[in-house]
Amino acid sequence: MVIPILHYLTFCSVLFGIGVIGVLVKRNALVILMSIELMINSINLLLAAFSTYLNDPAGQIFVFFIMVVAAAEVAVGLAIIVLIFRTTHTIDIDVLNKLKW
Amino acid sequence: MFTTYLFYFLCILAIYAALMVLVSRKPIHSVLYLVLVFFAIAGHYILLNAQFLAVVHIIVYAGAIMVLFLFTVMLLNLNREETSPKAGWVKVSAIVAGGLLMLVMIGVFRGYEMAVTSNPALTQIGLVKNLGRILFDDYIIPFELSSVLFLTAMIGAVMLGKKEQIKKTYD
Repeated sequence: MVIPILHYLTFCSVLFGIGVIGVLVKRNALVILMSIELMINSINLLLAAFSTYLNDPAGQIFVFFIMVVAAAEVAVGLAIIVLIFRTTHTIDIDVLNKLKW
Repeated sequence: MFTTYLFYFLCILAIYAALMVLVSRKPIHSVLYLVLVFFAIAGHYILLNAQFLAVVHIIVYAGAIMVLFLFTVMLLNLNREETSPKAGWVKVSAIVAGGLLMLVMIGVFRGYEMAVTSNPALTQIGLVKNLGRILFDDYIIPFELSSVLFLTAMIGAVMLGKKEQIKKTYD
C-alpha cells in the first residue's frame, strides 16, 4: 500500500507553518535559527518524497546540496550570534534593533 | 500496512516535537526537541527508501548542526528562560499569520493527485550506488563548488569568532 503524496504535502505544510510561527513568535535568536532549520527540513522531506514518487534522482541530489548550504549557514549564523553575544551580552532580537530603520 | 502506521506515527512525533520546540522556554529543551524532529524525519527518509539521505541527515543534522547548537547554548551560558515575552497581540497575530499560511498551503494542495510512477518500497534511486553515480557524473561542478562554499563558511566562522578583533561598541 502506497501512502498518497497528499499526506506528505499536508505534513510538510504543517511543519513549515510551525517553523514560520517560530520565527515570528520567539525572541531568542538561537531559537529563530532553529525554526529556520525546521522549515528547511520540511522542504527537504517534500523534495525527497516527490523524487521517490516520480522516480527521479535529481530531487535527492538537490536535498543533498540543500543540506550542504544549511550546514554552512548554521556555522556562520552561530558565529554571528556568538559575536553579538560577546559585544552586547544579549541575543534578544527585541534589544538588537539598531539596524531596524 | 505496518509502514502506513509507522508513517503516521512519525508524522505525529515530528509535529509534536516541533510544537515543543516553540513551547519550551529554555533553549536547551528546544535543541533536544529539535533533535527528536530530525530523527523522525530520518525515519521518513528510510520509509521513502532514501537510505543515503537518511544517513547523511543523521550525520549532518543530528551529529553536526545540533552539537553546534548545544555547544553554543552551553558555552555562552544562554540557557535562560525568556524573561519578558513578547506582547500578547504580537504573539496572537504571529500565530494567526503562520496558521493562515499553513491553512492556505493545505487548501491549495487539497485534492491534489499524482500518477505515482514507482512504489517507494521498491524503488532503487535512493541507494548510495545510484546517487553517487549521478552526483559524480551530472552534478560534479555543483559538488566541487559546494566544497568552496564550505571553505568560505569555515574561514568566515573562524574570522568572526576571533576574540581580539572585537571592539566594544555597546555596553
